[in-house]
Amino acid sequence: MFGLNSKDTKLLLVVIALTMLAPFILNPFPEGSAMAQFNGGYPDLMQRLVIFGIFAIGFNILFGLTGYLSFGHAAFLGVGSYAAIWMMKLLTMNVIPAIMISVLVAGLFSLLVGWISLRRSGIYFSILTLAFAQMSYSLAYSVLTPITGGETGLQPKINDPRILDGALAAGETPRANLFGLEMGSSYEMTFGNWVFTFNAGYYIAAVVMILAFYLSIRIFRSPFGMMLRAVKSNQQRLNYTGLNAKPYTLAAFVISGMYAGLAGGLLVAMDTQVGAERMFWTASGEVVLMTILGGAGTLIGPVLGAGFIKYMENIVSKINKTVLEQWFAFMPDGIEDFIITIVYPFVGKGWHLTLGLLFMLVVIFLPGGLVQGGQKVFGLFRRKKASDEKTDGKTTPAE
Amino acid sequence: MGILEVKNVGKRFGGLQALGDVNLSVAERSVHAIIGPNGAGKSTLLNCLVGKLIPDTGSVMFDGQSVLGRKPHQINQMGISRVFQTPEIFGDLSVLENMMIPCFAKRDGSFGLNAITNVMSEKDVVASAEHMLEDMNMADKREMQASSLSRGDKRRLEIGMCLSQQPRLLLLDEPTAGMARADTNNTIDLLKQISDERDITIAIIEHDMHVVFSLAQRITVLAQGTPLVEDTPDNIKGHPKVREAYLGETQTAA
Repeated sequence: MFGLNSKDTKLLLVVIALTMLAPFILNPFPEGSAMAQFNGGYPDLMQRLVIFGIFAIGFNILFGLTGYLSFGHAAFLGVGSYAAIWMMKLLTMNVIPAIMISVLVAGLFSLLVGWISLRRSGIYFSILTLAFAQMSYSLAYSVLTPITGGETGLQPKINDPRILDGALAAGETPRANLFGLEMGSSYEMTFGNWVFTFNAGYYIAAVVMILAFYLSIRIFRSPFGMMLRAVKSNQQRLNYTGLNAKPYTLAAFVISGMYAGLAGGLLVAMDTQVGAERMFWTASGEVVLMTILGGAGTLIGPVLGAGFIKYMENIVSKINKTVLEQWFAFMPDGIEDFIITIVYPFVGKGWHLTLGLLFMLVVIFLPGGLVQGGQKVFGLFRRKKASDEKTDGKTTPAE
Repeated sequence: MGILEVKNVGKRFGGLQALGDVNLSVAERSVHAIIGPNGAGKSTLLNCLVGKLIPDTGSVMFDGQSVLGRKPHQINQMGISRVFQTPEIFGDLSVLENMMIPCFAKRDGSFGLNAITNVMSEKDVVASAEHMLEDMNMADKREMQASSLSRGDKRRLEIGMCLSQQPRLLLLDEPTAGMARADTNNTIDLLKQISDERDITIAIIEHDMHVVFSLAQRITVLAQGTPLVEDTPDNIKGHPKVREAYLGETQTAA
């Protein structure tokens, strides 16, 4: 189906199902219960999950396939965001032109950065991309303030020109929309104690992510994707087979830059403000973490990694001392205090500590990321099933 | 005039004159071997032919065109394929994919941005890759990951990959280095078969005299960066200068 083999079609259908049903899947606990902490089904988080999924899918096309580790991809996300917000200020609050221009501008910027950085490989390439991203960040903060808003950043104002939209009445705020459908508008469904939120912005971002995911499958399975894997595997052989590695890696770099720009544009569409911190090097590092945590070079891995990290960031960081006291209230006083003292550094502001530990565990025990973990679990079930069948007295031929 | 003409090529690394003044002519459709003791400059010469090194002096002409100043992939597209001393293959890819990559390079040139079609739907490329795998007796290994092949199979795969580009000149850098006798003999048979059946010129750098004398029609002996003699295998065998060069090596080594 859609030019994919049956395995990839299944994967795509699973991703479609997961994203479309996310408001249910992420809200498994009834409102007001102790576990409601862990509900992630609110629009802001769901939007971030899919948008950073797009960012990681694109990053994986470069890093997962060619092995070139860029440490500056947040710059493309940031440039895309600035381009999008300027479209909203100058042209219209409709998100379509904003997203289109963000992809275009990020693509052009990544062409420039890639063209220079790809003169080197390995650690030198990583350092060059990092340098570009930090330069972009500093420029956005200082000399480019007229364009970027400097420290305060940018948001649409009521007196912006917006030549395609009609003038707003006094007191009205400009809202991002898709032909009138506002990104912030939600429909809430109540089911007993459960409340499920269906947000317009989320579904638009989710559809874009599904398209981005589909495109990445096609790239992975194409002759171009095979060449990118060949670059990672043995660049020397590739050169002596009459193939020029440079345009291949540059094309991969630009494609992943455009994905980053798309993510940046969508972030602005959902939340109409941009600041330079979006381009800071930690943001570049985060997408590397997402890709490796999920499984670099796999199709679904980066999406899982992005979802996992963004969920942790939003949920674990919300747990504070009061919540911990509620949880452990059943324990005797002395033990309760002791447990809380131990757990407290890992939650709330300390969520990075939890993330760091998990990342270490994954890298040490599952170098293939969460995807490899999933495969191992499935493998265990399959082996168990196979041994069960054997004990039935029937001999099954080995695979 | 030969298909490959090397004239007055010199290459210096700092204080070391790796190649002095090399003249070499490889006749079309022949098997030409270049032998010499360690440090004679064999590999340096080869690297000058494929664009890895640029000689300081002289010229290298392939089929009437200069290869100097061109990048390795451009020289390859002119029709020169290289087999490395340790097999250079795409270890992470399957055997079939390994074979498809040179087929794409042959069909689409040094860059093709086909990011949408499925790789397996490129019927002509799949067909020619499978055909070459059959020629190499590797059809049953097509789904294997290339890095898990045996040394001998890796060598066969690499030679097959080079052949599927239909090169006019095949350069081999010690193709049997580190191989067991049986694998070496298989490789000799394979190269003989290639030379007999295909419209191809083979230039081979080799240490193993057994390989050289079984294959070559012409032999150039290189010592200290300059060609000592060039002749037929029979004349080379008893040549006093050749003995001296090899004997001289053992004396300095002792």
